[in-house]
Amino acid sequence: MATKSLLARNNDLANTARQMEVLSSGIFADGELPTFASKLKESNQFPLQPKKLEILQINLGYMCNQVCAHCHVDAGPDRKEIMTLDTMQQCLEVVKNTGAHTIDLTGGAPEMNPNFREFVEAAAKAGIKDFIVRSNLTIILANKKYHDLPEFFKKHNIHVVSSMPHWTRGKTDKQRGDGVFDKSIKVLHMLNEIGYGRKGSDLKLDLVYNPSGAFLPGDQMALENDFKKALKTDFDIDFHNLFAITNLPISRFLDYLIASENYEEYMYSLVDAYNPSAVANVMCTNTLSVSWDGYLYDCDFNQMLNLKVASKVKHIADYNEAILQDRNIIINQHCYGCTAGAGSSCQGVVA
Amino acid sequence: MAKPYYDASDLRKFGKITEWNEELGIKFFDYYGKVFEEGALTAREKSLIALAVAHTEQCPYCIDAYTKDGLERGITKEQMMEAVHVGAAIKSGATLVHGVQMMNKVNKLEM
Repeated sequence: MATKSLLARNNDLANTARQMEVLSSGIFADGELPTFASKLKESNQFPLQPKKLEILQINLGYMCNQVCAHCHVDAGPDRKEIMTLDTMQQCLEVVKNTGAHTIDLTGGAPEMNPNFREFVEAAAKAGIKDFIVRSNLTIILANKKYHDLPEFFKKHNIHVVSSMPHWTRGKTDKQRGDGVFDKSIKVLHMLNEIGYGRKGSDLKLDLVYNPSGAFLPGDQMALENDFKKALKTDFDIDFHNLFAITNLPISRFLDYLIASENYEEYMYSLVDAYNPSAVANVMCTNTLSVSWDGYLYDCDFNQMLNLKVASKVKHIADYNEAILQDRNIIINQHCYGCTAGAGSSCQGVVA
Repeated sequence: MAKPYYDASDLRKFGKITEWNEELGIKFFDYYGKVFEEGALTAREKSLIALAVAHTEQCPYCIDAYTKDGLERGITKEQMMEAVHVGAAIKSGATLVHGVQMMNKVNKLEM
């Protein structure tokens, strides 16, 4: 398994323009498959426009202690992009002045940002209804300075959302790295012990499931039941909800699809599973994504493709709700990932 | 020009059989869809049965389809292989149980 990002490996696909080229050529250029825009037009949903902002998703940096095979961020220990305190303060200003009810901190491993705790403490005071930290779990064991994070999360009533591709060791470690499963189980125990994920507990602990390969996620509820049963029986672990998230064909997952000769078949699967009713609730309609350097994107995926919002306002420092609301969302073929089957978003299915 | 009899991309065209007989085609797919719905058996259990039968029928399309379906449902490769062995055991058992017929015949014919 690779231990470096595509960027550090000088991989062709670290170049976002190259990714856009792949997504726009081949089967989509020769008309074998319809483009996402033409599908939206079929159901009169083009151009896609945002509704009211509900979620501000803030990417605190691309640095991560893991190098997951499917990572759409191309995160890893070698990535040095980290959000500064100045940009964090600009985000806080926006949080205070919009009606967004949810802050969603992601990365990389957001906890690796040296100002993470300061930011959480300040943001928690802003009276957010739902304050999410997307934790990879293993970071908590990676260094002594992170060991008390579960208590820190509890203190600020953080909603912890963690990745877990399977309830078995083999499938988990293959996607996320050797030893990740055992460490994740250990940290889930730590979280359970202080009240996270327990039935009826206000300390929310949700898991994210990404398929570990070139296939789509099955029914979210059925997977949740299987996860719950297995994790309870095998490890006495409790959690609240499972979010089934489709892998989008960008960055490292795109590299995997191409290298394993699964790209075309995967795109067929996504297009075949296209669901117009999922389009109505795709996350770009109620979420804005902020990058480590303060730029605004329709979603975390567009951020990784370097597709800044199509608006006069492109940076959190210039945030203006009315101007941003009045924009068209930038789409491309990767968007099929969010509209397949029951749909997919950072909060799981949408249809 | 040697072309293979099976082409993986034909699976996606399965629905086209309705074009040449709409009534029966639609009835078949309705039935098919209904069979695999959650019922007294879970959809997961049905997927594993389908995988085992796909092997005994030696249908490459079905094997592709129900291997992928199993992965989507979180079914592990160990579970899939066990299902294939169930199919293989019935197949070989079905062959071997006819050995009794052979034995009966031998016993009847031999002095």
